[in-house]
Amino acid sequence: MNDLLDGSIQATRLIFSLDSALYEIIWLSLYVAGIALAFSAIVGIPLGAALGLKRFIGRRFVMALLYTGMGFPPVVIGLFVYLMFSRSGPVGALGWLFTPRAMIIAQTIISFPLVAGFTMAAVMGVDPNLRRQLLALGATGWQATLAVLVEARIGVIVSIIAGFGAIISEVGAVMLVGGNIENKTRTLTTAIVLETRKGNFELAIALGIILLLLTFLTNVAMLRLQGRE
Amino acid sequence: MVSPAEPTGLEVGRLILATTTSTDDSGLLKTILPDFEARYGATVEVIAVGTGQAIQLGENGDADVILVHARSREDAFMAAGFGVNRQDVMYNDFVIVGPAADPANIKGLTDAGAALAKIAETQNVFVSRGDDSGTHIKEQSLWQATNVSLTDATSIKNVDKTFVRPEGEWYLSVGQGMGSVLTIANEQQAYTLSDRATFLARKAQGLDLEIMVEGDSRLFNPYGVIAVNPEKHSNINITAANAFIEWLTSLETQQLISQFGMDKFGQPLFVPDSAAWNAAK
Repeated sequence: MNDLLDGSIQATRLIFSLDSALYEIIWLSLYVAGIALAFSAIVGIPLGAALGLKRFIGRRFVMALLYTGMGFPPVVIGLFVYLMFSRSGPVGALGWLFTPRAMIIAQTIISFPLVAGFTMAAVMGVDPNLRRQLLALGATGWQATLAVLVEARIGVIVSIIAGFGAIISEVGAVMLVGGNIENKTRTLTTAIVLETRKGNFELAIALGIILLLLTFLTNVAMLRLQGRE
Repeated sequence: MVSPAEPTGLEVGRLILATTTSTDDSGLLKTILPDFEARYGATVEVIAVGTGQAIQLGENGDADVILVHARSREDAFMAAGFGVNRQDVMYNDFVIVGPAADPANIKGLTDAGAALAKIAETQNVFVSRGDDSGTHIKEQSLWQATNVSLTDATSIKNVDKTFVRPEGEWYLSVGQGMGSVLTIANEQQAYTLSDRATFLARKAQGLDLEIMVEGDSRLFNPYGVIAVNPEKHSNINITAANAFIEWLTSLETQQLISQFGMDKFGQPLFVPDSAAWNAAK
């Protein structure tokens, strides 16, 4: 109990201490998750919308793949990215292993099925008559799809929130492909693992509280994007 | 060679052993623990972590006995009254490993400090555990013995422990276990400090690194076993802890330790060092 209480006190103290190492770690966590999420949204939202609106051959198969991806263990994705970028792997010559780039790639693969899957579900929940009427009124296919996405925006934002939640809290893959290198690839989650291993439970729980706060604030910001009901 | 385990008639029950990853990863515990469990009717639960966390687990009363290698920390643990009955167990040694090409030209040096200084001077990549493990503590003491300028490396402040590291992009502090550090060093074709046992085990699996420096007396790595003080935490199984210590330092078990690794690596991974063993020699 003492560690928990001391941890909360230390979390508060750390936030206001403007410790450069801490802010570097927070920045890297947000940077990697942010870029990965942007990639996931660029690919995942159109794919989710297409799966929700169109009927085409192989659609069920793609959906099955997506659902599998939503439950795929992040550490296995990390292992896959590691083997790809390893010195003896197919793209090892790029030298991206143990850099933020490899972390972004792993986190994109982790979050993209969540964004696409939840977007698909949200789009399917929109009354199909909306799209039909818009098309009848002379809207182009793109305009009608955009209108459906706007109508389904609550679900689409949820898809991004789910993707963000999955990668900001993820530790196995970023540890594996990032290497937890001080001042370079250390994130909040890998720092928590490290401080726990060092026996600094108080600092570890303080970092956990900071991570929780950060996730909370990000979600509040995203909910504002959803707009009013 | 190995005497069959004879039950002592005791039933000491469940024992939580917090230890360093090296004793577990090397396979030593898996080899010798069944003998203890058979003799003493015990069930041993092994928590394999860094020395820092193993000691913390002892302080928190989450382990009954600890088997670690960081003498100064062990002494501090005893002095603070967290431990009772500390015994020497065995030692192994550290080696500086690196790529076969040896760009820093340190192969064959017998002075570990001079070797590190050359790595720093040539700015070759060096991977550090950076996790407050016994290996990390040893590495820092070796750097301190060189004239390489060191900087405060306590990554996030407000912690009572401080760390040092050389400055520079070439020094990678990764905060991970020995196995992961060797993997990273292998990928980067970098230098690192490893305990011999873990290095040999990984080398047998195809690690593309070689031993560069060995034999310096400062690379000596002694292990101690300590029972957690039951007066600090009432849930400590002190009977089992003391039985474990007596067994681990006994002549028979020390004999087991001295043979461990011979079949697989052609050399023992640990050298027995208990009082009973040394008296018999």
